[in-house]
Amino acid sequence: MSSHSTVSLKDQVLNGIIKENTIFKLALSLCPSIAVTNSLKNGIFMGGAVLFVQVMVNTTISLMRNVIHPKVRLPIFMLVISGWVTVTQMLMAALAPEVNAKVGLYIALIVAFASILARAEMFASKNSLLPSMADGLGMGIGFLFALTTISFFRELVGKGSLTVPTGLATDHVFTFINTKPVLLMILPAGGFFAVGILMAGFNWINARAAAKAAAKTAPAAH
Amino acid sequence: MEATKKEHELIVSVSPHVKSDETTSRIMWTVCLALLPAFLSGVYFFGLKALFITALCVLSSVIFESLYLKVVDKKSAVGDGSGFLTGLLLGMNLPASLWSFSPFTVHIPIIASFVAIVITKQLFGGLGYNVFNPALIGRAFALISWPRAMTIWMTPTASILAMDAKTTATPLGILKEEGIAKLIEVFGDKVSLYEHLLAGNRAGSIGETSVIALLIGGLFLLYKKYITWHIPVAFLGTAAVIAWVFGGKEGVLTGDPLIHLMSGGMMLGAWFMATDYVTSPSMRKAQLIFGAGCGALTMLIRLKGGFPEGVMFAILIMNCFAPLLDRGFRSKVFGAVKTAKEIKK
Repeated sequence: MSSHSTVSLKDQVLNGIIKENTIFKLALSLCPSIAVTNSLKNGIFMGGAVLFVQVMVNTTISLMRNVIHPKVRLPIFMLVISGWVTVTQMLMAALAPEVNAKVGLYIALIVAFASILARAEMFASKNSLLPSMADGLGMGIGFLFALTTISFFRELVGKGSLTVPTGLATDHVFTFINTKPVLLMILPAGGFFAVGILMAGFNWINARAAAKAAAKTAPAAH
Repeated sequence: MEATKKEHELIVSVSPHVKSDETTSRIMWTVCLALLPAFLSGVYFFGLKALFITALCVLSSVIFESLYLKVVDKKSAVGDGSGFLTGLLLGMNLPASLWSFSPFTVHIPIIASFVAIVITKQLFGGLGYNVFNPALIGRAFALISWPRAMTIWMTPTASILAMDAKTTATPLGILKEEGIAKLIEVFGDKVSLYEHLLAGNRAGSIGETSVIALLIGGLFLLYKKYITWHIPVAFLGTAAVIAWVFGGKEGVLTGDPLIHLMSGGMMLGAWFMATDYVTSPSMRKAQLIFGAGCGALTMLIRLKGGFPEGVMFAILIMNCFAPLLDRGFRSKVFGAVKTAKEIKK
């Protein structure tokens, strides 16, 4: 894990998006990434909720890190996390009730996300405010990015449409294919296909980028 | 001088010293040959559409395999025939009615081939490493994604060239929806029903209908010792017993096992799908349990499930257990001594 102030804030944010992407790299939180990603709208809302909780939890824990006794730190982390999840759930119920009806169950489950507790324990409780916020922002954006990509792919292939939240009473639904899309992709089994394929693609692109960067910094010695 | 020197040279090599001339590609092409009678009967009953669908599957399987191997920079293994065999099996598992341009369903075999070759086989490490039977995963993907198009069955036509055909239900579909009395009524009488099923003159996937052609192929593989009797016999035996005991409407022991054995994909599944080397156990006792599991699950789905046919899902479920079954029946190493832990047990 990256520690203390040797890393710049920008790199700290990028770390959560690329190097330690919750879903594509650490393969954590796969349950919501399969359960709620059958439409783009649900994916965006779920990702947004996690982003919010991750940033707020990291901020709170970082501020409290000097007054939490190490022996009781885990129950305190859990209290903070469940507090912010409750806030998220109330916000969601007030602002987007019909999305809440669909993904509400999974919002409550954010309490049990390994990635959030792990960042609180390994990063926020050891670092000062700004790096912790940057870390939470990076991790949350990484999660939002993964969920958006997965739900984009699944809805496009599985339904032939894309549901984009507009903030108005009705969402804008783009329809691309009217006949027979790949129905399996919006079923739960298709979620595994989608996550697997996108994970492979993400890592392939990263490996290529890393190889290119390595070739640039160290020109072949011969 | 040179020659005599060579005569006295010793050849030093590591074991095995006696090599069989069997190769992977030879086995694959022999299985393709064994499938030929069933394929020809499919073309005979369902016309050129059957030929086009199968050719499309074979072609796209081979192309996807060579493309994938090129992308990942592996030595090309297209020549071993395994991609060809997967494509052939996949094509024979699809309904001939997929060769239709309005509504357009020709893309389905191509996508199914992609799922079979790239996702099920190559992404798991290529030939020998796949957990599931590639052709069956391809078919399962297609069936779940396009349930309507995948269950339009053509009536067998007399003329090979006929491109228009009436659609009808499969014998298992009639059995599930309307019962055995209706099934016998459709085919005339019971003897005529058996005759139609035996010859393959009924609605169904391209390569699954002709029991006699599949038996010729299966027995040929058995004679060539490419498969053993364990899986097919356990598969068909278990299914027959369950069909006889629980298959009847009037109570136990009134079912008709012959109808169940000769309809659906039972023969194709038992002889060619469940016996796939990679996805079935290699220990004899494990093979018996594997076959029995396939038979029992097939009949469970047919009699109690939502689908009229269950061979595909039964084999795929048992594929998961193949490595476990092999571990459970590992042969004893000759001369091995029991460890203290094993004695305690």
